[in-house]
Amino acid sequence: MTKGLYGVVAEFDSPSDLVRAARAAREQGYRKLDAYTPFPVEELTEALHLHKNRLPLIVLIGGILGGLTGFMLQYYVTVVYFPINVAGRPLLSWPAYIIITFELTILFAAISTVLGLLALCGLPMPYHAMFNVPRFALASRNRFFLCIEASDPMFDREGTCSFLETLEPREVSEVAN
Amino acid sequence: MADEQQVMDKPAAREIIAPGYTFGTVTDQIATVVLTKKTPLFWFAGFGVGFSLLLVFLYAVAVLFDRGVGIWGIRTPVMWGFAITNFVWWIGIGHAGTLISAILLLLNQRWRNSINRFAEAMTLFAVACAGMFPILHLGRPWLFYWLFPYPNTMGVQPNFRSPLVWDVFAVSTYATVSLMFWYVGLMPDLATLRDRTGSRFARFVYGIMAMGWRGSARHWSVYETASLLLAGLATPLVLSVHTVVSFDFTIAIVPGWHSTFFPPYFVAGAIYSGFAMVLALAIPLRAAYGLEGLITDKHLDNSAKVMLATGLIVAYAYIMEAFTAWYSDNVYEHDAIWHRMTGPYKYSYWFLVACNIISPQFLWLKKVRSRPALLFLSSIVVLIGMWLERYVIIVSSLAQDFVVSSWGIFQATRWDWATYLGTIGLFLFLFFLFIRLLPMISIFEVRTLLPQAKIEETQG
Repeated sequence: MTKGLYGVVAEFDSPSDLVRAARAAREQGYRKLDAYTPFPVEELTEALHLHKNRLPLIVLIGGILGGLTGFMLQYYVTVVYFPINVAGRPLLSWPAYIIITFELTILFAAISTVLGLLALCGLPMPYHAMFNVPRFALASRNRFFLCIEASDPMFDREGTCSFLETLEPREVSEVAN
Repeated sequence: MADEQQVMDKPAAREIIAPGYTFGTVTDQIATVVLTKKTPLFWFAGFGVGFSLLLVFLYAVAVLFDRGVGIWGIRTPVMWGFAITNFVWWIGIGHAGTLISAILLLLNQRWRNSINRFAEAMTLFAVACAGMFPILHLGRPWLFYWLFPYPNTMGVQPNFRSPLVWDVFAVSTYATVSLMFWYVGLMPDLATLRDRTGSRFARFVYGIMAMGWRGSARHWSVYETASLLLAGLATPLVLSVHTVVSFDFTIAIVPGWHSTFFPPYFVAGAIYSGFAMVLALAIPLRAAYGLEGLITDKHLDNSAKVMLATGLIVAYAYIMEAFTAWYSDNVYEHDAIWHRMTGPYKYSYWFLVACNIISPQFLWLKKVRSRPALLFLSSIVVLIGMWLERYVIIVSSLAQDFVVSSWGIFQATRWDWATYLGTIGLFLFLFFLFIRLLPMISIFEVRTLLPQAKIEETQG
């Protein structure tokens, strides 16, 4: 029955309507929900019960790896690979290493932020079923969309559509897969 | 916490965006600049100037490759001359972009939302211009990769105890992180352009660049975390970059350079000149594209205040520079500052004092801050002053250091000027391409400034 269908989507005029609709859908028992907005709406995180993301952990690991890389690189070069004796000063001159260690910490952390962002969002993804909705182009301009996905156990083509109609959207449409 | 934020938002909210905008009009006004087929005359004029100067740059560099760095005025003892002056000046200009995009984001200064995009672009292009100089100055620029540690048949490695190598790491990290921060900020707006454009080719290119961004709430929540983290990383980075640049000088024992206050002095100077550049770009742009509703007088006023504040820090540094020289009781330090004020570079020195210390004092007056034409003028004066500051620090300290017999005066040649003006061309060329091809104001961040973006809680 739901074959070839990604879900049904309702279009709203304002972020407030969308947040209200998202809460109502959650209350109705729907779980496979997503909202599409032209700018970040903080309240949706709570309305859709989105999990805390693991990005900070990825960035922390990236940063630690960067710091270690920076320090070990300099240690290896100045102590092991290419030691230069300058008036008997110690080869392990760690205060001089601090700057490059710091820079590589930042560099690796920033790269892992961006890669982590893409990985957690599943991007790049040039094709997505939502793009099949003709009016979805407005999701990047001034419209707010709530999608109930077909994979939801409570999903039912007519039932879900008529439920979305009760939330007073501008329009409800089906999303072809 | 919600209450506190409301209090903070109230005074600024009305002025940072003109009333009457909707999500749709904001989007269209910014996107049309890019998507229109009609390119305004202003754009052709600016791009034309940039492109002409870029050709001058390419010619100067070609001659440099052919004949070597001897075409510049650098002679013993002043081996750094214009190249390093321009490097420090350009890097400094870039710093305001990161300050606006990262530090003001962390401080929850929402007025930044409409100027951060082009300020970040300014950072990128300024760093690109800055990066040219140390590489061209190498003498054999095509071997620049020797600066990086890599396994090689020569069996040698860079000296990690040298500030010049620190600089390589600091500047390349800065360029990379700025580029990533800028690109991440662009993704949602690229999606907007993809959805708005009428041309198939443009939809394809913007579509590829937007990576399939669709504004999902799940994505936005990760995205917000990512922007905060990048801002948190860029903040210490931007402060470290000019600190490391100042180490190029302070770690040396040359009188006039060897001083512990250089890092904060350089960072303040960087932000000072950077905000001057932000104003110099914003004022003509908003007039040409009719963006006064988005880049309001409030933005100009705030930027002018930052300029005034950092200008005062710079003024304090000039005074401390003279004081520490006197207090050090060291004959070379005494002479270094004395030569600067009365020696062969005295005109440059007093002109920079006039530009950097005296001229910004007019910014105390609200009348001056509310007149864009005057602000534009004063930002140009500051840019000139900050260039002279770098010039005087570098050249006058090297020209007359310890032994009188090894003194020498620097004379800039036409190739020095051609390379310098050429990078201004490179900057304008890239910047005008940017405003034609990408949204110069962050569309999605401006949407969040609208009163409609606030969620009204009406639960029954």
